[in-house]
Amino acid sequence: MTRKQPIISIHNVTKIFNRSVTAVDDVSLEIAEGEFFALLGPSGCGKTTLLRMIAGFENPTIGRIVVDGQDMDGVDPNHRPVNMVFQSYAVFPHMTVAKNVAYGLKVTGVLEKDIKKMVPEALELVKLGGFEHRMPHQLSGGQQQRVALARALVKKPKVLLLDEPLSALDAKLREAMQIELVNLQKSVGITFVIVTHSQAEALSTANRIAVMKDGQVVQVAGPLELYENPNSQFCADFIGKINQLRAKVIGVENGSLAMDIKGIGKALIPHDGPAQGKVTLAIRPEKLQLDSDEPADDCIKFRSRVANVVYYGSTSQVFLENIAGEQMMAEVRNRESGTTTSILIGSVVWVSWKTADTLVLTK
Amino acid sequence: MRKVRPTPLEYTRKKWFQLVLLLNFIFLYFPIVALIAFSFNNSRRNITWKGFTLKYYVKAFHNESLFDAFLNSLIVAGISTAVSTVLGAMLGLALYRFKFPAKNAFDGWIHLPIIIPEICMGVAMLAFFSRLNITLGLFTITVSHIAFSLPFVAVVVRARMAGFDHSLEEAARDLGANQWQTFKDVTLPYMMPGIVAGALLALTLSLDDFVITFFTSGPGSTTLPIKIFSMVRFSVTPEVNAASTVLIAITLILTVVTMTIQARSGKNKGLPL
Repeated sequence: MTRKQPIISIHNVTKIFNRSVTAVDDVSLEIAEGEFFALLGPSGCGKTTLLRMIAGFENPTIGRIVVDGQDMDGVDPNHRPVNMVFQSYAVFPHMTVAKNVAYGLKVTGVLEKDIKKMVPEALELVKLGGFEHRMPHQLSGGQQQRVALARALVKKPKVLLLDEPLSALDAKLREAMQIELVNLQKSVGITFVIVTHSQAEALSTANRIAVMKDGQVVQVAGPLELYENPNSQFCADFIGKINQLRAKVIGVENGSLAMDIKGIGKALIPHDGPAQGKVTLAIRPEKLQLDSDEPADDCIKFRSRVANVVYYGSTSQVFLENIAGEQMMAEVRNRESGTTTSILIGSVVWVSWKTADTLVLTK
Repeated sequence: MRKVRPTPLEYTRKKWFQLVLLLNFIFLYFPIVALIAFSFNNSRRNITWKGFTLKYYVKAFHNESLFDAFLNSLIVAGISTAVSTVLGAMLGLALYRFKFPAKNAFDGWIHLPIIIPEICMGVAMLAFFSRLNITLGLFTITVSHIAFSLPFVAVVVRARMAGFDHSLEEAARDLGANQWQTFKDVTLPYMMPGIVAGALLALTLSLDDFVITFFTSGPGSTTLPIKIFSMVRFSVTPEVNAASTVLIAITLILTVVTMTIQARSGKNKGLPL
């Protein structure tokens, strides 16, 4: 696959507020044309500041932002080829839906007859056809969100920026909107950059995700790579749930690392990167296997007592008694109806997982 | 159907509370009602009811000096309201939007005309104008009225802006509007109910101001409240009642009109009042 031309290049951007608070710390990123890119991180990690710098509401203290081949230094927000969907939607309360959507066209001198054609098209795109004459306060949160989307998309920007667009919607609507956003992005072909603190949102919408922490980018990868191969304890912990075990590298044997896992014992784990001394082993809860009989040989296994079982409908979380101070949790699917699970609190089970599913985290 | 007992916080359904309310209303409004009623009294003295007449309204209307005073009041109120509304709205917006050195001190200072006794403000104004050798007249009255109504407008506009979502302005900029378009299309419409309320406040303050006007008016620049006061010094005639009733009616009509406009625009535009 040939790499597409980057539509946004961020070169060593640092943002310091009030001369002391570093919100964004030496970030470099390239976002390709047509990508659905997510900036993911806990609150206060600088992801929104980075987005606002792309939109032009903040200026980088150091560094350059290039959008569509044009250096954005000194370019006002109204002259940038990007448009934004705000967290609060920021739908103009005193204008009808149609006027909201038309606003960006009107102020830039688009002809009235073209506006008349473009507005219904944009509303159709976000499934708000027929809402032209409604006032924003007559719309639900989800509908206001769509107005904000239509208003930005009608400008045909090179990049659409979305600042926590779904955080104010209820869970059901949020999931539906995630799918809709992905479909929308495919149909319009515009690059989307979404800021979110929800890992589920990032995984389900984006092609590529940048995980941020304390103003720095920790990892940039696709959803699968990020979930299955996080490069650090932070990413492993932030994306989904994970069990962490402490271990020590005691040697290298034919491409695998020999480990002494605290509370479990010796094991051989395949790993290509360098590793030595104390490391963290991480295993996703759904990869743990629980059996009443001892499983076959080629896996890491031990016996443990079930401390607690929490029922979640489609899955249950099984908490296992501490092994050397680390609590482990297994996620099992509830395939059979009737009985909740054959795993009873207090029973002793065999816990096992494939050595290949073990992640070795050195930082 | 059985009557439902009032819940603990339904005070307006409790008998003793209704009585207190009634007494309060009488205390507040009886003098005004009496004033209006006696303006229609067919008697030279405000003591006993002698039948209905409009002749004191006609008399008040034909009283040239009273009519002049009324015109003066309208001129002063009109100009001072216009100027203090524009300046006050700008000040309110600036205080909401900008951070600058000594902002807190400045913020305190502009509230001073609201806080200090009117009599002090009147004396200060008089001293100020005589120091600068400005002849007292309609000009000095208007300037003083602007000075004391401006902070009221600023406070109201600023309170309105406290609920403003700043991202509305950012959204406008993002969609391609320049600073002026953003202000005109997004900020100003949001400020409007505050500006209207502030203007109304300035207008009524100016129309019925006595103390400050008393100090800053010169010969031939009498406003309605001052004129009424000078008439009362001789005796309270039904003519005075009639003039006062007209003043009450004007302020009342202005208030109702503005509130109606505000309520309607609030409903149409989805803006909270």
